[in-house]
Amino acid sequence: MWFFVLKRAASTLPVMLVVALVVFLMLRLTPGDPAVVIAGDQATAEQIARIRATLGLDLPLHVQFLTWMGQILKGDLGVSIFSNLPVTTLIGQRLEPTLVLTATTIVFSVLVAVPLGVLAAWKAGGWVDRLVMVFSVVGFSFPVFVLGYLLIYKFSLDLKWLPTQGYRSPFTDFQGFLRTITLPTITLGAIYVALVTRITRASVLEVLGEDYIRTARAKGQNERKVLFRHALKNAAVPIATVIGIGVALLIGGAVVTETVFNIPGLGRLVVDAILRRDYPVIQGLILVFSFTYILINMLIDVAYTVLDPRIRY
Amino acid sequence: MTAPVLSVENLTVRLPAGGDRANAVTDLSLTVAPGEIVCVVGESGSGKSVTAHSVMGLLPKGQLTPSSGRILLEGEDVLAASPARLRDLRGTRMAMIFQEPMTALNPVLKVGDQIDEVLRIHTPMSAAERRARVLEIMDAVRLPDPARMIDAYPHQLSGGQRQRIMIAQALVLDPALLIADEPTTALDVTTQAQILKLVAEMQTRRNTGVLFITHDFGVVAEIADRVVVMQHGRVVEQGDRETVLREPREAYTKMLIASVPSITPPERPPVSGPIVLETDKLSKTYGSTGFFAGKGRVVKAAADVDLRLRRGETLGVVGESGSGKSTVARCIARLIDPSAGAIRLSGVDIATMPERELRPHRRNVQVVFQDPYRSLNPRRTVGDSIIEGPTNFGLSKTDALARARDLMGLVGLSPDALDRYPHQFSGGQRQRICIARALAMEPQLLIADEAVSALDVSVQAQVLRLLDDVRKRFDLAVLFITHDLRVAAQVCDRIMVMQNGSVVEEGATRDVFAAPKHPYTKALFEAAPGREFGSRLTADLD
Amino acid sequence: MSAADTVPAPRRTGALAAFVLRRPFAAVAALILIAIVAAAVLAPWLGTVDPRKLNVLPRMRPPSETAWFGSDQFGRDLYTRVVYGARVSLIVGFTVALLSVSIGLFIGLVSGYLRRLDAVVMRIMDGLMSIPGILLAIGLVAVSGASMKTVIIAITIPEIPRVVRLVRAVVLSVREEPYVEAAISVGTRLPLILVRHILPNCIPPLIVQATYVAASAMLTEALLSFLGAGTPPEIPSWGNMMAEGRIFFPIAPWIVLIPGCALALTILSVNVLGDGLRDRLDPKIAKRM
Repeated sequence: MWFFVLKRAASTLPVMLVVALVVFLMLRLTPGDPAVVIAGDQATAEQIARIRATLGLDLPLHVQFLTWMGQILKGDLGVSIFSNLPVTTLIGQRLEPTLVLTATTIVFSVLVAVPLGVLAAWKAGGWVDRLVMVFSVVGFSFPVFVLGYLLIYKFSLDLKWLPTQGYRSPFTDFQGFLRTITLPTITLGAIYVALVTRITRASVLEVLGEDYIRTARAKGQNERKVLFRHALKNAAVPIATVIGIGVALLIGGAVVTETVFNIPGLGRLVVDAILRRDYPVIQGLILVFSFTYILINMLIDVAYTVLDPRIRY
Repeated sequence: MTAPVLSVENLTVRLPAGGDRANAVTDLSLTVAPGEIVCVVGESGSGKSVTAHSVMGLLPKGQLTPSSGRILLEGEDVLAASPARLRDLRGTRMAMIFQEPMTALNPVLKVGDQIDEVLRIHTPMSAAERRARVLEIMDAVRLPDPARMIDAYPHQLSGGQRQRIMIAQALVLDPALLIADEPTTALDVTTQAQILKLVAEMQTRRNTGVLFITHDFGVVAEIADRVVVMQHGRVVEQGDRETVLREPREAYTKMLIASVPSITPPERPPVSGPIVLETDKLSKTYGSTGFFAGKGRVVKAAADVDLRLRRGETLGVVGESGSGKSTVARCIARLIDPSAGAIRLSGVDIATMPERELRPHRRNVQVVFQDPYRSLNPRRTVGDSIIEGPTNFGLSKTDALARARDLMGLVGLSPDALDRYPHQFSGGQRQRICIARALAMEPQLLIADEAVSALDVSVQAQVLRLLDDVRKRFDLAVLFITHDLRVAAQVCDRIMVMQNGSVVEEGATRDVFAAPKHPYTKALFEAAPGREFGSRLTADLD
Repeated sequence: MSAADTVPAPRRTGALAAFVLRRPFAAVAALILIAIVAAAVLAPWLGTVDPRKLNVLPRMRPPSETAWFGSDQFGRDLYTRVVYGARVSLIVGFTVALLSVSIGLFIGLVSGYLRRLDAVVMRIMDGLMSIPGILLAIGLVAVSGASMKTVIIAITIPEIPRVVRLVRAVVLSVREEPYVEAAISVGTRLPLILVRHILPNCIPPLIVQATYVAASAMLTEALLSFLGAGTPPEIPSWGNMMAEGRIFFPIAPWIVLIPGCALALTILSVNVLGDGLRDRLDPKIAKRM
């Protein structure tokens, strides 16, 4: 077991290396002088020189990469050009709202999507199934921000049930937290619910065609147990996989959702950094988000061994 | 006579509209008495499996519906039973085992829990009582060390062990009727023999009535008390085993029985043509040698295989799954690269030849594969598939098509069929097309890799005759890979028996079958069901 | 090639009729899409004005009978801008789909067949896939400056790995098929095997994938523009319109909602069409999705 965890952890290293390389090259391989691009249109020669020195752009490429990697390994993601604060400090300040929002979204989505998907698979071809599938494709197609604004329009401006925007920490103001987090969670969750519902339906449907389901029925097992004890348990691995892969969608969605609802999280940090061309911040955040994503998927892979006894890497 | 356990009366099961026939099963009647094994035998599409599933009430919803007749289980009509009543009957009064022990058990539940599930559904027993009962039945089906195996997952067990778990699960509540749907078809012949013995033993001891579905007349000859022969959803003939097998009345039954190859090889003169193929210590090793491979498990799929094959000769390579027989064939065809050893085609070693140099030699070795449904590109016409090879070697399209037309006649198909697509042909016809494709290359060596294993017995007999015919006509060397001893006995001049990658015995077919020397060969032959039964296939040709 | 190319034409039209009858949703979606494409192409002749002209109408006028979609904060005609905005979305969707599918097809075919290359290529693809697509695109646009070209490239790159994986999966399964082995046995050369036996198996899932990529690309373009890292602000794209109208949302919600709904409708149509095509072309995958 532990050998497997180690092995799986080791296998993420080359992927992380590629990610780091891509993020590194993104800046260096673009046409023109990245320092000029970063500094923006109204920069003075002095500012450009300062940026060039800060980023070490005057050194050979491989030296730049190795220095940069060395810094990352020490937990140093560089310094913001705009605020002069370390990127890690900035991330620390903005971490909580994003973590809380993604957590509520995942919980909400899984609780809604898995039962919905199982139901659709069980009633495959019937009207419940069709309705669920229509919802799912609509969920896929509604851009996060459009959905966000529609919800604000209805529930905040029209019905005045919930605030239009903002964020309250659950640790200081729980009621305020609930009021502010509801719409962002639904907004961000829509596409995730659509994704997980689809895969749950498809996996359960596929499993329901397996021979061992027929065996269970041949034993005289009732439909509910066939569905949950035999089918869902076998469908768990692909569902978990998609929940993991979907985190990428969630991260992208969080950036937008935080903008729509004015939540001071990492997503807003990204958007602010884009507007200010604060490249070290963009670079650091992409790296952090990607590594988190890789780690989450690694943990899900490890969880497979619990879900499916056949999987022993 | 005692009251039957099962009595099917005039059962008709409708197929969905638009199929090639209206009913899957038409007007079927049969009975199973307590302690009796009734074999339902038929080719694919005969409706034998539908019959079995109808009794259990397990027909796919909305696709197959029993439209008339009655199915009486100990006098109670299961077609009229409510879903809840049907669930009560399943596992208690009737139980079923299936063809694929690999997929019939739930992979994420412990096997003990899967047997236990039957007890939990149908009895008020306590956990401790249930566990004792599970251990007892596991012991009764001869599973080794039940106390340990009760916590195993299906993937940790062999195919035979899994089928024993299925049997344990089916019999744990002593049902009156056991339905066995091709329970040994997916198993190797030695395992099959053990499972057949177990079914017969359990059934005698518990006086269970058994409805046994099979396509294999060897199995019928081995275990049946009575036989029901089905074709196109109808009963053709039924009676006790001896009458049906020895004195069949109906033409269809006679034809089926005449198609079953006898396990006693015919006399064959030794072949003395020049040597076409020779391998020398041919080996193929699979091993994981990656960075994280750990200790690196190495599997010897084939080890030091020496074989020699003459022009006009058929060499059979027989063995169970995992014996390495297909690996040898695929190495010789250079579909996989051998790890060591030599493969000499008319004296030229092609074992390590790079693809560029190999191409001219490829035309000399042609393969007919097992699965007729995957051997032809579904998007290309039959004609395109046949002329692909010859045009690769510079023949003009017109000439290649002319040759293809001749070959179609030779394999017994209409030349017009060249413009059609594979899906318009049956399995046997596709295998004929594949033979034509191979012959279009004018090869010296034809490899038949389980080429008749997927075919129904009557079709199999025809394709075997065709293979024998083209061997003679073109003076081909044939490497015949098969797991089926009956087929090997009928078509091979010499046979080679493989086990775990090595050749354990080799010799003239007649000699090996008459007096096997190696213990494994002996075990293999003894395991073949219904040995005294079968026909000479190529008799009329010799 | 002989008969393979001469499939009788009537069968094709019959197939179209069957498609419309059996998948009415997909057929409706296709009609809506055709209408949107027509509107985008014919924009100047559809009663529009100059989309960039300021103060055509009073500022922030709500939708009415004379100005169907109202006006924005600069008094520009929203109807005009929404119609012209379709051009941006459609161009981005189509170009990204075409680019990522063709590049991905090439990499996937080669990588699926050349073991040596495969390991390296797949690690790079794993790496690219580990960067959330929108962030990768944001990063790329942020460094190369906003223009239609960079936006298209930035959206294409994250889409490529998915196509590569799809193609590679098809290649790996098809190359084990006996008919491919038979082709090897009769001496067919590798390039011909790829084109003749393997490529045709990749086309149906790729057509389906292309529609999903197009939908996803339109979505990403709008998101990028909305976040200020997309199409240059002077181009009337739906994302830009929403970004600019954002601060006026409480008083003039239509500035955001109308282009938003246009975007959602377009993407929905493409997705529904994709589902329909998938059920028709790729039943095996359809079962799994």
